[in-house]
Amino acid sequence: MNNRVTSERTRLAVAGARSGAVSLDRQPTGEIVRGRIFWALLLLAICIALLGLALVLVDAILDGRQRFGLDLFTQKSSSFLPESAGFQNAILGTLWVIGGVILFCVPIGVGAAIYLEEYAAKERWWSRLIEVNIQNLAAVPSIVYGILGLAFFVRGPFGLGRVALAGSLTLALLVLPTVIIAGREAIRAVPPSIREGSLALGATQWQTIWHQVLPAAVPGVVTGVILAVSRAIGETAPLLLVGAATFVTYNPSGPMSGYTVLPVQIFNYFTRPQDEFFALAAAGVLVMLVVLLAMNSFAIWLRNRYEQKW
Amino acid sequence: MSTGDGVPGPGDTPGLAIHTEVPKHEHIGSKETVFELKDLSVFYGDTPAVRNVSMDIFKNDITALIGPSGCGKSTLIRCLNRMNDLIPTAKVTGQLLYHGEDLYGGNVDPVQVRKLIGMVFQKPNPFPKSIYDNIAFGPRTLGMQGDMDDIVEKALRDAALWDEVKDRLHSNAYGMSGGQQQRLCIARCIAVQPDVILMDEPCSALDPISTGKIEDLMLDLKERYSIVIVTHNMQQAARVSDRTAFLIVELTADEKDRWGEIVEYDETEKIFTNPSDERTEAYISGRFG
Repeated sequence: MNNRVTSERTRLAVAGARSGAVSLDRQPTGEIVRGRIFWALLLLAICIALLGLALVLVDAILDGRQRFGLDLFTQKSSSFLPESAGFQNAILGTLWVIGGVILFCVPIGVGAAIYLEEYAAKERWWSRLIEVNIQNLAAVPSIVYGILGLAFFVRGPFGLGRVALAGSLTLALLVLPTVIIAGREAIRAVPPSIREGSLALGATQWQTIWHQVLPAAVPGVVTGVILAVSRAIGETAPLLLVGAATFVTYNPSGPMSGYTVLPVQIFNYFTRPQDEFFALAAAGVLVMLVVLLAMNSFAIWLRNRYEQKW
Repeated sequence: MSTGDGVPGPGDTPGLAIHTEVPKHEHIGSKETVFELKDLSVFYGDTPAVRNVSMDIFKNDITALIGPSGCGKSTLIRCLNRMNDLIPTAKVTGQLLYHGEDLYGGNVDPVQVRKLIGMVFQKPNPFPKSIYDNIAFGPRTLGMQGDMDDIVEKALRDAALWDEVKDRLHSNAYGMSGGQQQRLCIARCIAVQPDVILMDEPCSALDPISTGKIEDLMLDLKERYSIVIVTHNMQQAARVSDRTAFLIVELTADEKDRWGEIVEYDETEKIFTNPSDERTEAYISGRFG
């Protein structure tokens, strides 16, 4: 009896499979036209996006190519010698500021991400409130952080003055939401089965996080940090408020030194009337583009190199 | 639906061991108990997942939990080493004794429980590290004494994996086949010298040859460990286990709630040749589930 049931089922299954593959003809023409239009619209969108980027790049290359050279990295800034002025002090200022940003935002950002992913009771209302707020903070205009930094770090309770450290703290606050969000995504991408495997061996929750979850999340965290730092490097507005606007011609000596940064220096040169300064500013834009391109490439390489396929 | 006559109540449980007279187990009356489940129920929120399970699990036995999907087999096995604690809404009622001690007692640390009661999961879950580090993580974390190379080699030998991997101990565990990964997880588990090994459908993601290897391994391991296995595969339960519990899905009249209940728990041979409950017979002969 069982055999008969099985053969009947087989017959039905075969018939079903055949009926699905009857028509191999071309679709009606209307469908093909709609498909083409859809494809063309998508192509247009990507072209417009790329065109904007290409214009910025071509413009900067045309204006800055005769001034682009190694002396940009070896000469300090000057307000009256555009032919020999460079960006050395601004580049060093950027390095000091960004070093501080990394120092502050990585431990705090990753710590917050771990707490939110591994410890916080996710279904509670206050967890959701925190989550929405972090996403909101990531979208707050950077000038607002500049005002906060001016009131809080430069003056006010910290009273650091117009020093690189104040810039670091301000930018660290600015990119912190981005780092937290990237960190959470990287931690969430570690499958629960890894945590279960570790806990089932008698490891505690913190041993599990420290020895299994975090190492597996590192590539994602680092990628997120690099992208956040790339954003911080390009930030100008908040730094104008917290001290980088001062025209300095000396190299910063440390976190408590007066400073300027690359984008602010570019802005500064652009505001001068002489054509030579304009060319110098355009060459500075190229320097920035090279730095950003290098950092983003490194982030992509890192992601591909250490990405864990589960 | 009522639970039926074949369900052993809490009072019958010790008797079960004596009723069954399979010659293979004449010493069964003296078998040491590892787990005693008394009216154990598990809820997720207010929804029951398994209800009123009473059974004794014996030392150096392979105890199989079988039943259709949704009958709470996995939920039940996850109670035994308190993995259910990871789900915030999970709630356990009734009593679960481990060597006479209440596993859900107020002073019990789930981390200590899991040191003694290891677990192997449905999908092989090696850590994204080398084969060596996969094994060494547990002993290192628990601060076990001894030469780590020896501990790793012994665990891999016990899991019948040593000869296949001894030349690539420091390569990533994700380069192994699925069956090897699962045996690595078993090796990882026995490296911390547990008392009990829980296996939650350990072969469901594996091909028949790998499954056969793991079954052979289980038969070796039961000399030293007590094993509880959840399986979808009835032939597997029949092949490896000493005792089998059959669970079934019960529904409320309005079909809103469903939960698992134990129908029959007995010597595997009896369950598969002469079950006392007709639902067991219907299930093992393939008429439902």
